[in-house]
Amino acid sequence: MEKKITDPFIIRGIIAGIAVALISGIVGCFIVWRRMSYYGESIAHSSLLGVGLGILLGTGINFGIIVVCLLFGILFLWLQQSKILSTDTLLGVLAHLALSIGIIVISLNRIKIDIHAFLFGDILTVSSNDLWMMYFGVILVIFLVCFNWSSLLLVTIDEDLARSEGINPIYVNLLLTTILTIVVAVSLQIIGLLLITAMLIIPAATSRRLANSPEQMALIATFVGIFSVILGIFLSIEIDAPSGPSIVVVSATLFFLSYLFNFIIKKD
Amino acid sequence: MKTINALISASNVSVIKHHKSILKNIDIQINKNDFITIIGPNGAGKTMLLKCLMGFYEPNFGKIQKKDKLKIGYMPQSINVINTVPITVKSFITVRKKYDDVSFKQVISEVDINQLVNKQLSVLSGGEMQRVLLARSLLNNPDLLVLDEPAQNLDISGQLSFYKLIQEIYSKRNISILMVSHDLHLVMVSTKKVLCLSNHICCSGKPQQVAQDPEFISMFGKDMANMMAVYQHTNHTSQIDNQLIDGEKNN
Repeated sequence: MEKKITDPFIIRGIIAGIAVALISGIVGCFIVWRRMSYYGESIAHSSLLGVGLGILLGTGINFGIIVVCLLFGILFLWLQQSKILSTDTLLGVLAHLALSIGIIVISLNRIKIDIHAFLFGDILTVSSNDLWMMYFGVILVIFLVCFNWSSLLLVTIDEDLARSEGINPIYVNLLLTTILTIVVAVSLQIIGLLLITAMLIIPAATSRRLANSPEQMALIATFVGIFSVILGIFLSIEIDAPSGPSIVVVSATLFFLSYLFNFIIKKD
Repeated sequence: MKTINALISASNVSVIKHHKSILKNIDIQINKNDFITIIGPNGAGKTMLLKCLMGFYEPNFGKIQKKDKLKIGYMPQSINVINTVPITVKSFITVRKKYDDVSFKQVISEVDINQLVNKQLSVLSGGEMQRVLLARSLLNNPDLLVLDEPAQNLDISGQLSFYKLIQEIYSKRNISILMVSHDLHLVMVSTKKVLCLSNHICCSGKPQQVAQDPEFISMFGKDMANMMAVYQHTNHTSQIDNQLIDGEKNN
């Protein structure tokens, strides 16, 4: 069957993709600045358990993702405080455990979902109802980030400096976890849980070299994200590939181009 | 509740972490116009003491009282993330601060970083970074400046000019300073009180007194004590350079 870009599901896919880009650029900057890509990855991995439980208990996928990812984040932050294991090891254990339990829960209960779509994204799964939920998530994230921008930034630069000015880094880390959770829930259908981290990291890393201020970096990352999403979805339709990997390939290409561009400019 | 005159007053503060005593029965008062330098070997609990006094860390025992509306300027040893965040010196100094242009300009000329304000934080040298951190800690006109090994990453001339700057700020602004420093021989001239810490307070008092204290000598050795004895005769910061060379020759 021939797909045209005017098909409603493709338009819905693009609108949904833009929703993802609107928040993954900004939030991705914090992930890059704080070098916590593995944490983002772990939160994303734990979302499959949320999907399974959400369907099993009839609460809906989004609710399941939010609850499971938040619990995962809180469990991690708590274990990290106790300093029994290194952050890296702890995440390695928890993330894969959550992913595995998720797959077991889904297969044991014979839940009829397309795991492939959750892992790599599928624009065909986006309904107009989903779009409303996504944009609700987008507004929430943008509000949370803008409202707490300077606190988030200061904790990112230095936790002790933030503490000396009356910010409790634990609350800021919880806030960031909440924001990440929403980003995961919003991105899951389009990008897929295995590639969400890529959408957080690549646009932010692309804009790092081009930006002179944190705000500029977030803005450029957002545009890079939007561009990648639109081009990526077209590409996925053209070659009939899953949307997530197509979007990631486009944004990674932009990433390398930005470095090349930067390299040429510096040479002159 | 009785009001206190001291800016910060700690009594009987103890911190135990992982079954190890980090701080033991610490009593300390920071008054107006104090210049206190904390010295001690690695792992003596110096940074922990600062954290407790500033309220970052709740001690297991003891009480810490802060004066109402006390403004603290804190300068950390270094900051962790600088290369990943594109941020100019000006944005960094002013992030999350209420300030006006006049006080900003005053602070940057005070620490002499006028040339740096539009540079990226990631390109600064060690000495420039320390001045920028100092500027940030001064922007709110603090009553108390807390410095955690501020000159640790500087070379010797950098250290000298940095401590000279601290001395100028101390005398001009009429504030209190609490500093952790290993470079006691360099801050001798400015500091009014030395607190020698090794999980408990070994000795404290005027630098000259502390230098003669047996506990101090056993911890830092006779050379350090002699070196400090050289400095107590000078009152002019400008002579530090020569003094230091003499001090080294004497060893």
